[in-house]
Amino acid sequence: MTRKEREKSLRRRYGNRIAETPKRRGPGGPGGPGRGMAKGTPRDVKASVSRLMAYLKEDTFKLFLALFCVVLNTFGSLAGSYMLRPIINTYIAPTDGSRGSAAGLAGALVVMAAIYAVGVVANYLQARIMLTIAQNALQKLRSDLFTSMQKLPIRFFDTNNNGDLMSRYTNDVDMVGQMLSNTLVQLISGVLSLVGTFALMLYTNVWLTIVTVVMVPLMMKAGGFVAGRSQKYFSAQQSALGSLNGYIEETITGQRVIKVFNHEKIAEEEFSILNDDLREKQLKAQFFGGIMGPVMGNLSQVNYSLTACIGGLLCILRGFDVGGLTVFLNFSRQFSRPINEISSQVSTIFSALAGAERVFAMMDEEPEAADRPDVVSMEGKEGYVKFDHVTFGYVPEKVILKDISLYAKPGQKIAFVGSTGAGKTTITNLINRFYDIQGGEITIDGTNIRDIKRDDLREHIAMVLQDTHLFTGTVMENIRYGRLDATDEEVIQAAKTASADSFIRRLPQGYDTMLEGDGSNLSQGQRQLLNIARAAISKAPILILDEATSSVDTRTEKHIEHGMDRLMTNRTTFVIAHRLSTVRNANAIMVLENGEIIERGSHEDLLAMKGRYYELYTGMKELD
Amino acid sequence: MKRYGKYVKPYLGSFILGPILMLTEVAGEIMLPKLMSMIINVGVAERNISYVIGTGIVMVLVAIVMAIGGVGGAYCSSKASIYFTSDLRRDVFAKVQQFSFKNIDTFSTGSLVTRLTNDIQQIQNLIMMALRMMMRAPGMLIGALIMAFIMNPKLAVIILIVIPVLLISIITILKTAFPRFTVMQKKIDNLNNVIQEVLTNIRVIKSFVREDYEAKRFEATNEDLKENSVRAMKVVIMTMPVMTLAMNVTTLAVVWYGGNMIIAGNMAVGDLTAFTTYIVQILMSLMMLSMVFLQSSRAMASVKRVSEILDTEVDLTDEKASHKNQKVEHGSVEFRDVSFGYRKEANERVLEHISFKANPGETIGIIGATGSGKSTLVQLIPRLYDVTEGEVLVDGLDVREYSLEHLREGVGMVLQKNTLFSGTIEDNLRWGDEDAPMDVLRRAAASAQADGFVTAFPKGYLTDIGQGGSNVSGGQKQRLCIARALLKKPKILILDDSTSAVDTATEAAIRECFRTDLKDTTKIIIAQRITSVEHADKILVLDDGRIIGMGTHEELMETCEAYQEICQIQKENAAMKAKTQNKETENKNAADAENTTAKEQEEVSRS
Repeated sequence: MTRKEREKSLRRRYGNRIAETPKRRGPGGPGGPGRGMAKGTPRDVKASVSRLMAYLKEDTFKLFLALFCVVLNTFGSLAGSYMLRPIINTYIAPTDGSRGSAAGLAGALVVMAAIYAVGVVANYLQARIMLTIAQNALQKLRSDLFTSMQKLPIRFFDTNNNGDLMSRYTNDVDMVGQMLSNTLVQLISGVLSLVGTFALMLYTNVWLTIVTVVMVPLMMKAGGFVAGRSQKYFSAQQSALGSLNGYIEETITGQRVIKVFNHEKIAEEEFSILNDDLREKQLKAQFFGGIMGPVMGNLSQVNYSLTACIGGLLCILRGFDVGGLTVFLNFSRQFSRPINEISSQVSTIFSALAGAERVFAMMDEEPEAADRPDVVSMEGKEGYVKFDHVTFGYVPEKVILKDISLYAKPGQKIAFVGSTGAGKTTITNLINRFYDIQGGEITIDGTNIRDIKRDDLREHIAMVLQDTHLFTGTVMENIRYGRLDATDEEVIQAAKTASADSFIRRLPQGYDTMLEGDGSNLSQGQRQLLNIARAAISKAPILILDEATSSVDTRTEKHIEHGMDRLMTNRTTFVIAHRLSTVRNANAIMVLENGEIIERGSHEDLLAMKGRYYELYTGMKELD
Repeated sequence: MKRYGKYVKPYLGSFILGPILMLTEVAGEIMLPKLMSMIINVGVAERNISYVIGTGIVMVLVAIVMAIGGVGGAYCSSKASIYFTSDLRRDVFAKVQQFSFKNIDTFSTGSLVTRLTNDIQQIQNLIMMALRMMMRAPGMLIGALIMAFIMNPKLAVIILIVIPVLLISIITILKTAFPRFTVMQKKIDNLNNVIQEVLTNIRVIKSFVREDYEAKRFEATNEDLKENSVRAMKVVIMTMPVMTLAMNVTTLAVVWYGGNMIIAGNMAVGDLTAFTTYIVQILMSLMMLSMVFLQSSRAMASVKRVSEILDTEVDLTDEKASHKNQKVEHGSVEFRDVSFGYRKEANERVLEHISFKANPGETIGIIGATGSGKSTLVQLIPRLYDVTEGEVLVDGLDVREYSLEHLREGVGMVLQKNTLFSGTIEDNLRWGDEDAPMDVLRRAAASAQADGFVTAFPKGYLTDIGQGGSNVSGGQKQRLCIARALLKKPKILILDDSTSAVDTATEAAIRECFRTDLKDTTKIIIAQRITSVEHADKILVLDDGRIIGMGTHEELMETCEAYQEICQIQKENAAMKAKTQNKETENKNAADAENTTAKEQEEVSRS
């Protein structure tokens, strides 16, 4: 392949990824990785703001205190700056040409010091109070988000990407946090000092103020031009970065395959195409991002120079006082700072609000439907499960299960076999109401499961899933997850049932061994055994095994057969298995195809039927 | 640090010019207050209008030169830092490409990805910041100091007193804050872990109704995070007030002493204003410097992490290979007393004293419990790992004597944990052979029993495969992976439990195709099911890293107890006797047998 062809193919494969827009640290700051404004502008500013405000409600008093401090601080520093004028004019170089007075100067400085002191104290207090307020709000926000997340139906988790959900807790909440602790205050103090400075400038000298009034729009215009350019190149950079990062992630994850296929050279070549592309786009984006500072800064220097020059002329021609010129020059220096600050804060605020919107959007997701008013408990239910003409699809247009009818008496074992995508796992998703069915009904001991308290229903159904899931914590805690009030002895007993006891005892700290990162220090088979133990400890009368032993080798499986039998006695069990050997002794086997039960019966019956099951089964024996 | 020199070299011009241009900006910034003070001291005092205007024009010109310097500096520093990182990123990626499996094992995938993306980005930011600030801040500091001393040495002493006091307080603040931030970062990680766990385990949580339990766990972590955030940040927020305080105290002192000097006639009024400006500049540059240090100490962690990759010694190379031009021609494989451990230091051996031989075209089956070392064994053939003791020979030559490229060219391997990549099905199959004509590609797919379901997709071979192969089923994915390996036309084909998700009949069809289409290829097949291997020319039974049985199915049935046991279990399962029956006629009545025609892609092929 030529480089051109490769480029084309890369664009096709990775072109549509866009990296999260980096956080801008205000004009001139290097754009770091992270995420920011382009990730979306808030749709409904008002709603998000008022909802966020609700999180500050508890601290209303503190908030007002902080705002008071902001005002105090801003006025303190403005007054401090302005004090120089009377000091110079009256005590240091009196305008009437008389000698200055050291005593007067001392007195004035004491006043100035007092004003400064108030400013500094207010500055600290405001930051400290806002910190508490912001952190309290964030904690509450995270907590609310978590609580509402856990109430969402499984459908939500199946249709949303985990990484995306995670980023609501990290990036989005972070952005909100930043806004609460810094931006808000800076914005207020920025506006205040802008207004204050402007007022003082006007008061000091109208003519000089005009210079600034002319210069500021010019600066804004230049800044706007640069910002527009940088924005444009920025999105180009982000999409190049997205492609490159996507490529990196995929190749690194598949690194072993690359080695096996001698694909290193091609990978390097493709990488370098994407890398070069990023480099060119990044250069433009960073350059325009980088000149924001110098352009704005130096325009304000021009403003300063003009002010100095014209101010000097005013002193000579119109008797403007030197003290006034001094403070005016300081003001004109300060004037551009709040403008810069406000403009950079505005983008932070918008991205924070967009973040808040994403957080609220998740909170607003429809939770699992509330229980009907007259629900019954599972108390005394034996586990007679019946599917009566059940129809279900994850989306209404696409029916996954068609008219399924079956039943399982207490203690019976019902197995599902069939190819991938036939709907086996879907059936198990329905019994515990991870999804609600669209047609027909599912009953337990004659009660429609919708009329059973949902939590109660689930607590009475133990599940062992194909993907093994463990939690950070000790082995003991992980097994006890199945029944929180189980004693240590019961845990060990459950482990024995699942044939997990022996390997657990061989772990460094036995039952107290910490499992981390979803139990990565255990083999897949061992993790499955722990999952089985976790189900074994629960006293649920209904048991669902979804490929529960798929990663356990045949010998071990044989070994735990008795344990599994013990686990299944007195429980209504639904088994899904790829290995037909696992399901052979089921009371009834359902062969699923395209969402329909095409064959059912005991192992013998099905073989005698010489249908699909027979095919599957003999497929295995064909080569004997 | 030395190794980074070579990334600087090609862009040395930008690296030098950037800071120099930045310095022009600084020089201007220092000159302006002085010029301004001259307007007041000379122009206003002497009522010299042309002097005021002249100086004013000079000031504006200086400001324009500054702007040019600033923009140029921004360009150079952007270019230098971006090109630097671009080259660095390319090299780090290339280095990872050279990594052996063992090297990859030592880094987690996630950490390699972060290093290549985030950490390198951090380095870029660091360099850009360094080029922009490193010269600017000290330049401004020194320049402003010098100007202040020239203007009025006595007053400048005040600044000299304030600087160390300010520096010490800022350093104290940062030093106290830094470890607290590290703790905070850990708490953030904790919180993320809990959320991550809840997200992946949501089915378990819901099925055991443990929402409240998890909420409590989250609450504790959340509270912990808040407390530690406050603890860290309450230190940092002191920086601003301390800065302001220093500035204010200095201003007061300058106005007091300066004022008295002016009163005594030892100083011009304009100097007082210029002086306060210099104070601001000096303190600001101090602030900037401490920020740069803070940032760089964070970025240094990234530098370290990236260096770790570059420093990693690739422990498996073909540099010393003696037959670099040799290709795999026949495909015989021989293990001679091979022992292997993942870590040399630890004395645990995953494989011990393995010896066997596979002739070209033979099929070797490997069977054994999980953890018995099956995957490890086959990974030694394409030299994904190097043996600890003994030797592995391909075509009679030690694998270490081949070039890696030629060796792996000759060995096709389907890994247990396999990956498909973004792109179409065709893109993925072409990994095996970039230039294969379509009919060859389809033939390979057909052998792997993949052609059928692929052509059933609306877009056929041009069907997009989601990242990681998310829109094909497990069995389909495995078949595509086999097809990909077949397209390579290897002399040796290794399947590491690669048909586990394929149904038995399809698997049989694949085996049949192997027998007819791959007569000359040596096939090494790891499997769980005995039926997958029982027709092999030779079967190895592995247990705890040792071969405990070797021979044909019949031989092993005679000699190997473990094999008999595995067989017995699986046969017993296969035996046609159900222990119990569900005689519930109702169940059967409900059966509808008429739907047998409905077929899906995953269907058993009847060929």
